[in-house]
Amino acid sequence: MEETLKSLANNFKEKEGNIISLLQETQDAFGYIPEEAVYWFSKELDIPASNFFGVATFYAQFYLKPRGKNIITACCGTACHVKGSDRIINNLKRELNLADEQNTTEDKKFTLEQVACVGACSIAPVVIINKRVYGKMSTDKMARELKVLKEGSDE
Amino acid sequence: MNKNITIQVCMGTGGIAAGGLEVLDAFESLMKEKNIPAEFKKECSMHKVGCRGLCARDVLVDVIADNRRTIYQYIKPEMVERIVDEHVVGGNPVSEWQVDEDYHKFHEKQVKVVLSDCGNIDPEDINAYMAVDGYKAVEKVFTSMTPEEVIDMMKKSGLRGRGGAGFPTGVKWEACRKAEASQKYIICNADEGDPGAFMDRAVIEGNPHAVIEGMVIGAYAIGASKGYVYIRAEYPLAVERLKKAIKDAKERGFLGKNIFGKGFDFDIKIKLGAGAFVCGEETALIASIEGQRGMPRAKPPFPVHRGLWGKPTVINNVETLANIPYIIKKGHEWFSSYGTEKSKGTKVFALTGKVKNTGLIEVPMGITLREIIYDIGGGIEGGKALKAVQTGGPSGGCITPDMLDINVDYESLAKVGSIVGSGGMIALDEDDCMVNVAKYFLQFTQSESCGKCVPCRIGTKRLLEIMDRITKGSGRQGDIELLEKLSSDIKAASLCGLGQTAPNPVLSTIKYFREEYEAHLQGKCPAKACREMLTYHIIEEFCKGCGACLRACPAGAITGEKKKPHKIAPEICIKCGACFDVCKFKAVGKE
Repeated sequence: MEETLKSLANNFKEKEGNIISLLQETQDAFGYIPEEAVYWFSKELDIPASNFFGVATFYAQFYLKPRGKNIITACCGTACHVKGSDRIINNLKRELNLADEQNTTEDKKFTLEQVACVGACSIAPVVIINKRVYGKMSTDKMARELKVLKEGSDE
Repeated sequence: MNKNITIQVCMGTGGIAAGGLEVLDAFESLMKEKNIPAEFKKECSMHKVGCRGLCARDVLVDVIADNRRTIYQYIKPEMVERIVDEHVVGGNPVSEWQVDEDYHKFHEKQVKVVLSDCGNIDPEDINAYMAVDGYKAVEKVFTSMTPEEVIDMMKKSGLRGRGGAGFPTGVKWEACRKAEASQKYIICNADEGDPGAFMDRAVIEGNPHAVIEGMVIGAYAIGASKGYVYIRAEYPLAVERLKKAIKDAKERGFLGKNIFGKGFDFDIKIKLGAGAFVCGEETALIASIEGQRGMPRAKPPFPVHRGLWGKPTVINNVETLANIPYIIKKGHEWFSSYGTEKSKGTKVFALTGKVKNTGLIEVPMGITLREIIYDIGGGIEGGKALKAVQTGGPSGGCITPDMLDINVDYESLAKVGSIVGSGGMIALDEDDCMVNVAKYFLQFTQSESCGKCVPCRIGTKRLLEIMDRITKGSGRQGDIELLEKLSSDIKAASLCGLGQTAPNPVLSTIKYFREEYEAHLQGKCPAKACREMLTYHIIEEFCKGCGACLRACPAGAITGEKKKPHKIAPEICIKCGACFDVCKFKAVGKE
């Protein structure tokens, strides 16, 4: 880990020194932003840790906790909303046994995210499963896809 | 690529989701096969194109043979072989897969300026853009116009910012040109955050070079040597295409040092947004590029005087920039011949919701809303009644069916309490609850409030709590008046556009649909959309006892014997609606 952090910090020093870019690169490397990475940067770069946390908690894209193996992103844009994205999300939560504020399953196999709009409104409702966009989703179709993923991740 | 047969496959985000990649692959591998005569292989070229507008019909495939264009819809990879055999080789288009009248009606009243090349050229091929006179505008500007002449032309064209506020582009450029500084910046705002809007994504995915060309012209006009594109990370395909376009433009010398040998340097960097709606606001966007929390600050000073790193900065929206090359090439008179007196040119809208033809449209300013909904959109799906058209996303308002004949332009929409905004346009029908829709937008703005100003941070939270209890059937008398009072306070006391407009969806729905709010206070959701206020039951005379609902119910609330009417136990029912969806006999009722 230290090696990676060092190269990221060097990158940061050479360029214009942008906290957002540093956090984006950190997340690319680890899949999330580990707390210890923030403290390490804080010491190394002499920037208060609160600055990092301030930025990391401000933007929706940053995760301070590890995420699941499969990432399901449900679009909650207006078009998706009026075409029933709520129901898809509620079903998913139930199927994945996720509590209200929880978005990653205990076994770390699934993360369910909600985003404001992925801009594919004419094929609403939209769900993105592991970076692939699925349009005109229904609770049935979603259940089928989830079954495939569950079988795949058991192997 | 002067070949007689061109095959174009739509591959915007919508096209790819519907299987565009596989369709193009199928064409490519089929054309390589032995049994296709060599002369056809020689004659035939194929490429991807950006968004065609009518994404609901994807995958759309165009076959242009001897200048005759045939458009196919809903194409799947397994259908490709027949198109190749019968049409490409045989010369007879497959008639039953071609688009119908709806497709043509969808395009009939549209006027394409920004989207004129989008959906026609390969967005990843700079040669394709140059073949349609791409970068000719930059050449014209650099070889025959002074920056002042460019600004003058923009002012005369009447082009106004397409991001929502509608500020005249030429005036903005002029202010920045006049500001004295050693360094200036131009930023392309591609942080399209409004839910229900995807114009900018489509433009970048379909024709990234037009945006770059617009930026180069803007940079020349104001005297900026550095540019940024601030783009949402949620648009991976747009980012990828933009990156390639910037690289290609650099190689051809349209970006970089000493452009057209005029001693002018300009370079563009991409900055990925990290997911904050408020960063669409200029000063918040600047803070975000600088690596800070994206929080707006008070204006003045405006960014044209003190922007990125304290230097004069122009921020233009994607669509605005994509208009510019066409204005330069065709002249300001041509551009201002479209539109109304104060709103010139065309506007791209994302037409979505309950209309038949959802998709991306470009219309002249001043077209009536009726034309958009009924002629282009094809009316409401399933023969239902239109209830309202929501424009401007979370900052906008609703327009009711009796106002359908208003002109769609900045001034007319503002008059009825809505806005053009960035261009989201959502049609709602009788099944949509207006209170629920307003709550939806408020949820969005509440969670996106940056927290700097108390009226917005706490006010939207309180607003949402009131809306929440109304939609759950526990609204109190006086809640509607409280919403109105609180809304006007938030509007008056917030610093930036987010807070100032956040209550608009609430105010606009109260204004036009007050009776729906009142019904909720009496425990009824007229549209039967608010989950907590519904109860599900089985209508005995329709129930065939097929057991589909029993199997679908996740809570085990349904009981019954085969071939006999089933029953829902209301105390177990979680109101998920699964039984309602699954019943083929309309035997599940909701009250």
